[in-house]
Amino acid sequence: MQVEKTAAPAAGRQHSASATDAVVVLDHVSKRFGGVVAVDDLSLDVMRGEFFSMLGPSGCGKTTTLRMIGGFDAPSEGVVRLDGRDVTDLPAYRRDVNTVFQSYGLFPHLNVFDNVAFGLRRRHVGGAEVNRRVQEALELVSLAGYGKRRPGQLSGGQQQRVALARSLVNHPQVLLLDEPLGALDLKLRKQMQLELKRIQGEVGITFIFVTHDQEEAMTISDRIAVMNHGRIEQLGRPEDVYERPATQFVAEFLGASNLLDGVYRGTLDGWGSVELAGGDSIRIPAPPSALVGDKLKVGIRPEKLHLYPDGREAPSDHNSIAAILRNAVFVGVSYQYFFDAGGGRQLSAFDRNAGGGPIAGPGEKVRVAWKPEHTFVIPADGMAQPTPTNHQTGRQDK
Amino acid sequence: MAVGTATVRRPALTTRWGRALAPYLLIFPGVAWLLIFFLFPLLTLAVTSLMSGDFVAGFQFTWNFNNYTYGLGLYATQYSHSLEYGASATLIAFLLAYPAAYWIAFHAGPRKSAYLLIILLPFFVSFVLRTLSWETLMGDDGPILGPLKSAHLIPSDFRVLATPIAVTFGLAYTFFPYMLLPIYASLEKIDRRLIEAAEDLFANRVEVFRRVIFPLSIPGVFAGVLLTGIPATADFVNQTLLGGAGTTMIGRVIEQQFEVSANYPLASALAFVFMLGLLAMLLLYQRLFGTDELVRAR
Repeated sequence: MQVEKTAAPAAGRQHSASATDAVVVLDHVSKRFGGVVAVDDLSLDVMRGEFFSMLGPSGCGKTTTLRMIGGFDAPSEGVVRLDGRDVTDLPAYRRDVNTVFQSYGLFPHLNVFDNVAFGLRRRHVGGAEVNRRVQEALELVSLAGYGKRRPGQLSGGQQQRVALARSLVNHPQVLLLDEPLGALDLKLRKQMQLELKRIQGEVGITFIFVTHDQEEAMTISDRIAVMNHGRIEQLGRPEDVYERPATQFVAEFLGASNLLDGVYRGTLDGWGSVELAGGDSIRIPAPPSALVGDKLKVGIRPEKLHLYPDGREAPSDHNSIAAILRNAVFVGVSYQYFFDAGGGRQLSAFDRNAGGGPIAGPGEKVRVAWKPEHTFVIPADGMAQPTPTNHQTGRQDK
Repeated sequence: MAVGTATVRRPALTTRWGRALAPYLLIFPGVAWLLIFFLFPLLTLAVTSLMSGDFVAGFQFTWNFNNYTYGLGLYATQYSHSLEYGASATLIAFLLAYPAAYWIAFHAGPRKSAYLLIILLPFFVSFVLRTLSWETLMGDDGPILGPLKSAHLIPSDFRVLATPIAVTFGLAYTFFPYMLLPIYASLEKIDRRLIEAAEDLFANRVEVFRRVIFPLSIPGVFAGVLLTGIPATADFVNQTLLGGAGTTMIGRVIEQQFEVSANYPLASALAFVFMLGLLAMLLLYQRLFGTDELVRAR
C-alpha cells in the first residue's frame, strides 16, 4: 500500500487498470466445523464494482463463505485476498469490509445517528466529517431526519435501511449482505431489491449478496454463484445460469425444469441429436464434450414449451413429443400445465394467459414442442462439467 | 322455566364476575402482606420515633422531635461509617463480580451453570456462619496471620479484625451474589451478533467492551449496586463479628438501642433517618444512572 510520491502516476495508472480486477479472491478455501465440511475447496474471484450473489439452499456454505470474507470465521485451509492483500489472518475489525447482517445487528442502546456513526468514530474520523457523512448515508437510504430515533422505534424495513447506511457510510472496499431482505414481507422485499440495486449503482461499491431466493438473486445480480454442499455448482450471469444450467441441481434450484433422459447420437445439420428414453429423437445445441453413446439429460424450462392440441402439427423446426394433459392450473398471469409424456415422465409448462382459456382439458392428447436452442444438456451423472459458462474453480472466463 | 333460565345464566354470571374480580383476587395477598408487615410497622415506627419516656415508666406520644436531633448529633460517625463501608463494599463486590460474570457469560461455554453453582454454593450456608468463619480465618493468631507472625513476616500486633478493611471486605463477600447474578443475567442476554456487528465496524476488543458490552450490561450493574448497596449499608452482623469499637455502623447502633437499651423512640428515629437517607440516595442514583434515562436520553 505504501507508494512513494514519485511513483504516484504509475500507481494511479495501475489503479485504473485494476478497475476490472478482482477485489476479493478466495483461493482454495475450505472450512470445516468439527467433522462437517461447510465450504469445500472453493475458489472465487469477485470483480471490483460488481453486484455478486451467492445463491443456494440453507447449509450450502454461502453464509460461511461470506463470514470468511468478513473475517468472522477463519478458513481451515486456503487464502482470502482483499484488494490484492492476504487478509486470511486479519480480524474483522481490521478489514476494509462491512457487513449487513440478516438480523441487522443494530445497537439498541444507540440512536440511529450513533449507530451509523459507529464505524467512522472507531476510525477516528472528525466530528464535522462524521456529521456530514452520516447525514449523507441516511439520505441515501431515505431516512434523513430519523437520526434521533432508537432502532426499537423503527419498522423492519427502516431498520434494514439503517443497517445498510451504517455499513455504506464507511465506504468499504466490499459490502457483504447476508440475506438482508429475509425478514421483510414480499412487497417490501421487491422494493428493497430495486433500492439495493440503485444504491449499489450510486456508490459503486462491490456488493456480495447471500440469498436462498433464486428470483431475488437473478433480479439484482451481475453474476451469481450457485452453491451446493460447500461448492460452487455454477457461476455466471443470471441469464447464463438460468438458460444453460450446468448441473441438475442448478437446473432445479433456479426455477422449474423439465429433465428428460436420453442418449447422444452424434451431430446432424449442425445440431446435436439425442434419442430420448421414449424413442423420440430431438435436436439440441451441439454439446462440446459429449461422445456418441453418452447418456445425458436434456432440460427445457416450462415457459419455453409450446402446446398444440391433438391433430395440429408443431412447426418442423421444433422438437416435439406427444403427451397427455393431466392438469391445468390457473396461476393468473399464466396457466400451468402438467403432462404425462409416457414412461413415467412428468412435464410442466407455462402458457401466458392471453385469453381463450386452457389449451386442452385433462386426459386430452397434446403435442409439446420447443425450439432446439432452448434445450440445455446435463451429463447423466448430474455432475458439473466444464463448459464455457461454468468453470470448476468458479473463475470467470472472458 | 325460572329454574331453567337460572341454570343457563348462572355460569355466564360467575364467569363475568370472575373475570372482573380476578385481578383483585390475585393482587390481594400481596397487598395484604404489604399492609400488615410493611405499612403498619412503618407507621408504628414513625409514631414511636416521636415518643418520650423510658422502658420502665412507659412511652408517651409527645411529638418529641428531640429524638431526631439528638440521635443525629450523637451518631453522625456511625452513619458515615455505614455509608463509607457500604459504598466501599459495593465497589469491591462490583470489581470482583463483573469480571467473573463476564467470564462465565462469554467464555464458560456449556459449563455456565456449573460455574454459577460453584460461586453460589457457599451462600447456601447461613451467612452468620460464613462471617464467623471469616472471623476465625482472619483472627489475630488464626491460620493466616498466625504463621506469618511466627515467621516474623508481619509485626506481632498486626491485625485485620476490628479494622474497617475487615468489615468492608466481609460486607463485599456477604453480598457478592447479589452483585454477580444481575450482572451475569444482563451480560448473558446480550445478543452475540451485536458483538460481531461492532467488530465489523472496526471496534477492537477493548472498544467492543466499552461501546457495546458494558453499556448493554448497565441495567444489571444498576440492579446489582442496589441489591448490594442497600443491605450492605444497613448490615450489622459483619460489623459485630469482624469489626471493633472503632468501626460501629448505624445498623449496629439501632440494634443495640432496640435490643439492649430498650430506647425504642431513639432507635425508631435513627432507623427512620437512615431509611429516608437511603431513599434520598436511591432517588438520586435513579436520576443519575437510571436505566430509563439510559434508554431514552443522549
